[in-house]
Amino acid sequence: MNRERSSIRLLLAKPGLDGHDRGAKVVASLLRDAGMEVIYTGLRQTIDQTVNAAIQEDVDVICLSILSGVHKELSGKLIAKLREKNAESIPIVVGGVIPPKDIPELKKMGVMEVFPVHTSFDEILGFFKDRFKR
Amino acid sequence: MNEIETKRNQWEKNLLNKKNFSKASTSWGHDLDVLYSPDHLKDMDYLEDIGFPGEFPFVRGVHPSMYRGKLWTMRQYSGFGTAEETNAHYKYLLEQGQTGLSVAFDLPTQIGFDSDNPVVEDEVGKVGVSVDTLRDMEIIFEGIPLDKITTSFTINPTASIILAMYIAVAEKQGVSPEKIGGTLQNDILKEYLARGTQIFPPGPSLRLIGDIMEYCKENVPRMNTISICGYHMREAGCTLIHEVAYSLLDAIVYVEEALKRGIDIDAFAPRLSFLLGCGMNVFEEVAKFRAARRLWAKIVKNRFKAKNPASMKMRVFSGCFGSEFTASEPLNNIARGTIMSLVAALSGCNAIHTTSYDEAYAIPTEESVRTALRTQQIIAYETDASSVADPMGGSYFLEYLTNNIEEEVEREMARIEDKGGILKGIEEGSIQRDIARQAYELEEKIQSGEKVVVGVNKFVSDAKEHEMELHQPSKEVKEKQLSRLKMTKAERNNEAVKFALDEIRRVARGSGNLLGPILSAVHEYATMGEICTVLKEVFGEYEEVV
Repeated sequence: MNRERSSIRLLLAKPGLDGHDRGAKVVASLLRDAGMEVIYTGLRQTIDQTVNAAIQEDVDVICLSILSGVHKELSGKLIAKLREKNAESIPIVVGGVIPPKDIPELKKMGVMEVFPVHTSFDEILGFFKDRFKR
Repeated sequence: MNEIETKRNQWEKNLLNKKNFSKASTSWGHDLDVLYSPDHLKDMDYLEDIGFPGEFPFVRGVHPSMYRGKLWTMRQYSGFGTAEETNAHYKYLLEQGQTGLSVAFDLPTQIGFDSDNPVVEDEVGKVGVSVDTLRDMEIIFEGIPLDKITTSFTINPTASIILAMYIAVAEKQGVSPEKIGGTLQNDILKEYLARGTQIFPPGPSLRLIGDIMEYCKENVPRMNTISICGYHMREAGCTLIHEVAYSLLDAIVYVEEALKRGIDIDAFAPRLSFLLGCGMNVFEEVAKFRAARRLWAKIVKNRFKAKNPASMKMRVFSGCFGSEFTASEPLNNIARGTIMSLVAALSGCNAIHTTSYDEAYAIPTEESVRTALRTQQIIAYETDASSVADPMGGSYFLEYLTNNIEEEVEREMARIEDKGGILKGIEEGSIQRDIARQAYELEEKIQSGEKVVVGVNKFVSDAKEHEMELHQPSKEVKEKQLSRLKMTKAERNNEAVKFALDEIRRVARGSGNLLGPILSAVHEYATMGEICTVLKEVFGEYEEVV
């Protein structure tokens, strides 16, 4: 996992059945414009598919976009699956329609950062640049 | 006219240009003058371009007396956890004076999975009511006479199954199918573009839609078989111009599908309706609805040679754009919903949905839905918005915008058609990419502050957030749903189910109409998932172009 790379490599996934991908696509464009490598896996990805893709693609971080209210359930399952596959070193970031009161809970579960709607571009870019320095 | 133009030029030179003033442009980037006057409308022919309400080209509305004859339908989108809760909620809304029902289904129902499918375990009853079998629909509409109300179903790839269940419930109530009415969303093309509940590839999806149109023409004549949606594309980030252009191009695809089956344009075009949204730009939005009505009337008349004026009427259901609602300072959304709903009324929309202030987070609560409904009632009964047809018509600015939107939409439609049409664009993913690019550009404008969102990028307060009481799906929703599904499966005649499913498979492989076999299957309590599995076997599944 330590092969030399010049840019941050992210997996952006939309787990669950929700089809609202505007946010995911906007963030993908933002990060790509900033020179990061974004692998967007499209709609309706299962947790298994997401974890397998993350391991295969050797990504630095998994970003989940969730707008249907099931962020706690899906994040929990993803974290469990990563552990099961000995891949818990891959951090996860969650974005979407996340009520403020759920943010501490998600972080307690092991989510590295949460970007609810209206998060500024600067904040998102700053976060990835700081945390995943190359 | 020339004198007005000369005087306006003088005014600009002598008065206006001596003052400092900021630039303004429309949301699609057209620069605006400070003032609009008759000379901006030099080429306009009142009788030909605008006319009268209820008459071609229907710019001023589809009914002659507009709201004096019939007020818009107040239709709030709802559907909660269990079928029982949804039923109780509908009875409550009907008692509160709501005039039409609108069903929100959970995602498994929308995408054709049963509640006991492990893939969907977290989503049962989350964003709407769950329907596995006819039993659920019987409960949802229990005690609600289907010949007395109309129901709007937000359902797309599984529309034929939900329609069959609704017909079956009516039959059980002793109401014949020709007496029931409502709207099926049934607009699959926008699912590929923006909403994401598609199951099958575009070809078979269009066949299912054609089957529904054909079946309803004969058997359920009061059902509006498609609600062509621009709303979702706009919510996905496209411009107002594209919202109209994509809607009209999608509509053309559906019309062509019907014509291919030998259905006469005048036999089904009157049952088409549209769903467009309402945003915060008052004049742009009113002009949009007026331009869209004119464009559609011309397409149906000139391109498809319709003779019946009813075919040319664009009937519109309008919803407030939830994406313009903010998660921070949610009470501000009541103001936004009020403006958007007023705009919908001033636009002559035929049905209106007012988004509830908490919808940025969850399915609305009873209180927030009531506030949204009251918003419409205040507009309808406390203001004069409903007194006169097309009250804003004749404003120089509005007429100018109406013309400009029409031109821009026509240009965009021609561009897409020149590249092979919208269906090809969807299959190749180019339309999806265009929408994503527009969404990114819009977001950049919000980030830079060029597009102001109060409470988000301007006038942001540090005050403690108002704690919202969010709708919480009850914990028992899923258990209840699973046990009902289990019971229904245990009680039904499995032989008959198997026979009915085989019949669906047989007809799907051929070219017959699938509605009859699907209706037989739902009567036997075949599940949503069972029917979709058979259809997937025959039709295959859509693969997203990422």
